[in-house]
Amino acid sequence: MGKSKASAVRQVVDRYGRRKRSVIPILRDIQDREGWLTPAVLDELARELDIPPSQVMSLVTFYKSFRLEPRGRHVCTVCMGTACHVRGGAIILEHFERRLGIPAGKTSADGRFTLERVNCLGACALAPLVVVDGRAYGLMTEIKADAVLKSIKAAEGKKR
Amino acid sequence: MKQYRSHLLVCSGTGCASCGAFDLREALEKEIARRGLRDEILVVATGCNGFCERGPIVLVQPDGVFYQRLRVEDVPALVEEHLVKGRPVQRFLYVPPAEKKPVPRMADIEFFKHQRLVVLRNRGRIDPEKVEEYIAYDGYAGLAKALTSMTPDDIIAEVAASGLRGRGGAGFPTGLKWTFCRREQARPKYLVCNGDEGDPGAFMDRSVLEADPHAVLEGMIIGAKAVGAEKGFIYIRDEYPLAVRRMAIAVGQAGERGLLGNDILGTGFAFDVEIVRGAGAFVSGEETALIASIEGQRAFPRQRPPYPIQSGLWGKPTVINNVETWANVPSIIRRGAAWFSSLGTETSKGTKIFSLVGKISNTGLVEVPMGIRLRDIVYGIGGGIPGGRKFKAVQIGGPSGGCLPEEHLDLPVDYESLTRAGAMMGSGGMIVMDEDTCMVDVALYFLRFTQEESCGKCAPCRIGIRRMAGILARIVAGEGVPGDLERLEELASLVKRGSLCGLGQTAPNPVLTTLRYFRDEYLAHIVERACPALVCKNLVTYFIDPEKCVGCLLCVKNCPAGAISGEHKKAHVIDQAACFKCGTCFNVCPPKVRAVSKLTGERGRAAAAGRAGGDRP
Repeated sequence: MGKSKASAVRQVVDRYGRRKRSVIPILRDIQDREGWLTPAVLDELARELDIPPSQVMSLVTFYKSFRLEPRGRHVCTVCMGTACHVRGGAIILEHFERRLGIPAGKTSADGRFTLERVNCLGACALAPLVVVDGRAYGLMTEIKADAVLKSIKAAEGKKR
Repeated sequence: MKQYRSHLLVCSGTGCASCGAFDLREALEKEIARRGLRDEILVVATGCNGFCERGPIVLVQPDGVFYQRLRVEDVPALVEEHLVKGRPVQRFLYVPPAEKKPVPRMADIEFFKHQRLVVLRNRGRIDPEKVEEYIAYDGYAGLAKALTSMTPDDIIAEVAASGLRGRGGAGFPTGLKWTFCRREQARPKYLVCNGDEGDPGAFMDRSVLEADPHAVLEGMIIGAKAVGAEKGFIYIRDEYPLAVRRMAIAVGQAGERGLLGNDILGTGFAFDVEIVRGAGAFVSGEETALIASIEGQRAFPRQRPPYPIQSGLWGKPTVINNVETWANVPSIIRRGAAWFSSLGTETSKGTKIFSLVGKISNTGLVEVPMGIRLRDIVYGIGGGIPGGRKFKAVQIGGPSGGCLPEEHLDLPVDYESLTRAGAMMGSGGMIVMDEDTCMVDVALYFLRFTQEESCGKCAPCRIGIRRMAGILARIVAGEGVPGDLERLEELASLVKRGSLCGLGQTAPNPVLTTLRYFRDEYLAHIVERACPALVCKNLVTYFIDPEKCVGCLLCVKNCPAGAISGEHKKAHVIDQAACFKCGTCFNVCPPKVRAVSKLTGERGRAAAAGRAGGDRP
């Protein structure tokens, strides 16, 4: 496993012509492939590009789109844009936090759900908006949220 | 090119896509094939049409008929009635609020009638993934003119004469920026398109990138010729994958057709662009931070001067313009500065795109001539406030902007007027708020946003905003003390004057404008411990009136806290200690009954303490 990941890093680095300035898109591409950035991958990248590991670490902790933990099987993203806020987005986020038992930005212990917040998805006509597993659910209410979560849990139950 | 008798333009912007536009398009294509109409009718997936409120949207051309809120089930009827029998389907047409008669033609709908499309001229009419369609609507004609019959100085003179100013918010004259960069001796020179649109509630740059990527590209190539740049970077926000994809397609097609590369249009001029995906940091919209981000560093702003036109990417002269600014350039070159400057006001020329969102009937993206009154946007185009609620404020300019109250509705929308009123043009987010919006809560919302997004480099921004947010958090919790407002103003002034970049310098604006126009609301929170808009949770109590409650159990069943007890046909009671004030009971109580009320201040406290009659005035 460690070997194949290392070669994945090298492949991406090569694709960017081993340019140091491309470290951010390289990290993004690796994350797109692996789902998240493991400590091993970050070390490997620092070696490949010949930059200090602390610099790689500073980047992945500065930019919000980098994930240093794996995501759950289902990702719920609650929009926190202004339009969503004035239509009650914060209440929806709290509802998801309570229902999933995790604060925003965390993954449940069983690896089932990750709850995320985003600053604005620009689909303000649908505010308040929640995206669950890539599907957008607009004009969200607590009751609708429960229905969405229920259907996901039911679908998961069937698969097993 | 093949001729069709009718085109179905299916909006595939993010708003419509989120409510099923892709499924709709597939269903339309299937139905058209099934009925053997494939050679007669073409389905086109376009960029954002703008009227997001009514999605998914289909426009039938050449009839100009506008269909809205279509579902997959509606497709057979639509095809049968409109496309086979030739009569518009009444029930899918747009009906203005408070009216009964539908308006079939898009051009007659109020939302579209008052708009003036320059940047968005191709929205909803071309397939953004086909360069031929862009070219068919005069695309790259401006570039051809610039490269074959104009000198770089001519181009700059034309842009300067047009009066175009930066659409990213600050409003710096574009022609002047280009002139300064042209004078720089250092080589190479770079161009940057700033598409790191981070203001929550603003999505015009995304829409332009998605609906008409070639317009941005054409603007950049013209700009490159003018200032002598050989390489451009298009920086696109992380959350906009569709915009990245469309732009990548556009760059590829432009390269294939000799519109980018070593010998553009056979004139020997060389220019190339690279797309850079953002990695999720609001501050990278600041130009010096953007440069750092493209160079592969953390997006920390730095002191200016030197300005990027002197020392930008890798220390070389760099012109940074916003997406909307670049997209204005082709029309200016093609139609001339005189035409462009005939639109707008004395100091603000042309048009501006706004995203009209929040408590407004017609949510969507609108392009209007500069100088239009706010009232015409909110009521004329936006259709006013839904649900018969009262207008309270419009927030302009995102976290850097301000909230303007009703008395400013007749303000002309231009750079100077907005700044004088305490707001700013910003990128163009326009969030409408009604009487159910708490201005203190909104101010705190924006401060929490800027606090989280502050890069932390300079102390006034990093610490000052945090302190301000702390005071506001106490006020909304009902723990405000006299002197808080003065302290807020003092801190605001320090943060504004002491911060390094635009993020910190403008972050206090939402607080300052709400303090200026809605001071009473702050005082109500502090003195009466009341939230007049009934938003701030700590100051609101939900109460079930035992005389009105019919005992239907709806709230009991739906309460996520399980805080409501009661039996069928007996009045229900909220356990105030268990209630976390989500408002579900208030929302599910049938309109005919309306037994649940929200109370604040003294009455709220009386109800919470179980003192009977707490709800009666």
